[in-house]
Amino acid sequence: MTVASIPVPELSPATLSPALAIRAVRASYGRIEVLHGVDLTVPAGSVFALLGPNGAGKSTLLKVISGQMRPTAGEVVIGDKPVGKLPTEKLARTGLCSIPEGRGIFPNLTVRENLRIWTYRGGLSVKSVEEQTYATFPRLSERRKQLAGTMSGGEQQMLAISRALVTDPKVLLLDELSMGLAPLIVSELYELVGTLAAQGKTILLVEQFVTTALLVATRAAIMVHGKIQQEGTPSDMATAALSVYLSS
Amino acid sequence: MTSFLQYTIFGIILGAGFAIAATGLVVTYTTSGVFNFAHGAVGMIAAFSYWELVANHHVPVVLALVIILLIGAPIAGALVERVLMRRLHGATAERPIMVTLGLLVILTGVATIVWSPKNQYQLSPIVSGSFRQVSINLQYQQVLTIGIAIALVIGLRFLFSSTRTGVGLRAVVDDPGLLAMSGASPDAMSQYGWILGFVMAALAGVLLALTQEQTGISIVAMTLLVVNGYAAAIVGRLKNIPVTFIAAIVIGLLEDYIIYYALPHLSQGLNSDITLALPMVFLFIALVMLPSVRLRAVGRLSTVRVPRMPSGKESLLGGVAFFVLAVIASVVLSSAVVRGTNLLNLGGEIMALGIVGLSLVLLTGYSGQVSLCQFSFMGIGAFLMGKVAGGGSLLGLVAAALVCAVLGALVALPTLRLRALYFALATFAFADAVDQGFFQDSRVFGGGINVGRIVLPGLSFGGNRSEFLLLSVIFVLVALLVLTIRRSLFGRRLVAMSDSPAAYATVGLNLAVTKVAVFAIAAALAGIAGGLYATVNGTVGSSDFDFFSGIIFVLFVTVWSIRTVSGAFLAAVTFVVLTTFWSTGLGLVAGAGIILIGRAASGILGIDRLSTLLPLPWVKRASGGGDSGTLAGIGITPMGGEARVAG
Repeated sequence: MTVASIPVPELSPATLSPALAIRAVRASYGRIEVLHGVDLTVPAGSVFALLGPNGAGKSTLLKVISGQMRPTAGEVVIGDKPVGKLPTEKLARTGLCSIPEGRGIFPNLTVRENLRIWTYRGGLSVKSVEEQTYATFPRLSERRKQLAGTMSGGEQQMLAISRALVTDPKVLLLDELSMGLAPLIVSELYELVGTLAAQGKTILLVEQFVTTALLVATRAAIMVHGKIQQEGTPSDMATAALSVYLSS
Repeated sequence: MTSFLQYTIFGIILGAGFAIAATGLVVTYTTSGVFNFAHGAVGMIAAFSYWELVANHHVPVVLALVIILLIGAPIAGALVERVLMRRLHGATAERPIMVTLGLLVILTGVATIVWSPKNQYQLSPIVSGSFRQVSINLQYQQVLTIGIAIALVIGLRFLFSSTRTGVGLRAVVDDPGLLAMSGASPDAMSQYGWILGFVMAALAGVLLALTQEQTGISIVAMTLLVVNGYAAAIVGRLKNIPVTFIAAIVIGLLEDYIIYYALPHLSQGLNSDITLALPMVFLFIALVMLPSVRLRAVGRLSTVRVPRMPSGKESLLGGVAFFVLAVIASVVLSSAVVRGTNLLNLGGEIMALGIVGLSLVLLTGYSGQVSLCQFSFMGIGAFLMGKVAGGGSLLGLVAAALVCAVLGALVALPTLRLRALYFALATFAFADAVDQGFFQDSRVFGGGINVGRIVLPGLSFGGNRSEFLLLSVIFVLVALLVLTIRRSLFGRRLVAMSDSPAAYATVGLNLAVTKVAVFAIAAALAGIAGGLYATVNGTVGSSDFDFFSGIIFVLFVTVWSIRTVSGAFLAAVTFVVLTTFWSTGLGLVAGAGIILIGRAASGILGIDRLSTLLPLPWVKRASGGGDSGTLAGIGITPMGGEARVAG
């Protein structure tokens, strides 16, 4: 299966209630403000692609949403509950799954031990987590006793995304899923994103790899210099992204 | 044959004690990423608390153990994590080392106040009685120690590999942020880790104390007893508990065989020196046997605020200003005596120690190599100054510099391929081995050696004032030398090596040569400082350069700022003044200062707003705006942001 053939649900954002809302969020590193009042609404069940050049503030926004960084102003709402003050671990337990930039794994733990950590989400048994992961990624089963940090980049990313697979999150944040990976692996991972989307999960996807991201997205926005510049359908954003990337 | 069997069994018993200490170190490192230099001190406090409860207040043994292991140690571990350790994740390599050393001196300081070193502290075994097996008498207490060691290895192995909490405890070291994203609290995990580490340390302390039935327990001996476990923990690479256990047993056996078979053939004095230095020798061998560290191109980026370098002109002006102040001080204080201490002599000691501080600025501040053995070089320098050419001769200073430079290179050579922590441990081992095996030997310093003042053709430094001014001039010259080195190509290489050894090597520069060179220069400076220090009061003894004082001095330099000349000078002032007027508070003040290091990575002089608080005439605003000022005159400079690659 190619990325183009990934089944993605057709959604009409206007009719759906938001699963995630970001309202006038500002955030700073020391004295340097990097988010200058970001507003974004991610409808429930949608795949929302957040695009933008390097340094636009996309990853910072994901850090704010996942509770790793406190906003200096504004609020983050998941469902109908403001979550801006919740610590990261509580957010995770309430159904937010964030796969960070790079590899969201513990390199000095084995694959199996990494999967054991996923059970902190609550209500999960080690056995079911292993079964589900190995069924989707048989390669990880072969490597279950291997230190995760010694696997290939693609395998590491499979392990990282397995957390989203087994923890049944309400909202999934994916930061630069394709970074440093071969196109074939990227396709494989995006197939899984499509599958998760087909299950009705709300996904906020941050990518520089515009084409692939827009193929699975139902909605997209472009972020530049810490602000949302444009928002619209994936096809609208494909053209807009080109001009933004070229001008930046 | 019976005696061999006997020594073997005693060796295993000894090794079991080491194993308990070593597994505790491994547990702390596994769950926090920090090598806890205070592990022995925690055990020492536990041992003395046990004595206090059982021997002094007649509390039942079981209740005492519950109070120490299940209440006291967990509370202390949780507190230490919350106050000292929480901010250290991702810090540069030297900060956790300094913070745990700070904890070590706080705990020994507190213990010295509570339990006077003059008294005897005897303990009785938890279980008394013995049995005879294969014509060897074994005490139940010894069997209990072996049993506990084996149970701990099995239990901990199970905890860390087969339970979610154990895996979580390891995961928090890898990536606390990701652990939080997975639904576990990294702070709570980290706290559990420290609680477990403290309980292990306390258990080791109590059990090891009970093996000291004949000699009784003492603060220093108990604190250093755990060092026996360091080598085993290093062989287990600070993560493998079963290997650590086996290594501890092997070390126990080796130590026993050496003591019973080899040492009786040596002279009494040498025999005792080697016995005391054996743990450190094992540690050094274990470190040398470690495989080379792999150079990592990408490490954790941690922001370290690095001082702006004063220009050559600023340094020179600062040096002149400093000397003028020294001249004024020499006039004002010419006959000042406080509590029987001549203040000019005190000033001379400050200048000499300031030079040791400067050697640390060069070595640790600029090139990122943590050395805990500068006082050893200082002591060797003082010894040579007293012995070469009848004492007080310039030849003595030359010998001090040369011998220390060579020794420094010899210490650095086998360990420079290791990462910062192991390098620091090697210097720790060297410092203690030199102290126990050389300085404490009555044939070296004895009751103190006479050195006399420096004699130069046509110049006399017999008076306190001229001696003080001579040392001030030498301090200024060495400070200018250190600043010049920092501004030179070699200085830029040192900083580059500290920032990213991988990048340094990949541009074709030789890491080994640079490390050996800087270590040798710093050792030579410390040797010269020792020689000068010896001339101030005319006599020096082993207590001037003891192991703990050396550590406390490094802590003071770190607290003030290990990256500035001013930090070195202020550390010397603090150290000498406290040693002279309030020696009991020395460790406590250093330790309290270290709590600050958990919060202000660059020391007191690195605090941004300090320059605005100090109404000194040479304070001026930084040219680029912002709120950091310049204390360039004496080398106190504003901190500019700089990203450094840690670990």
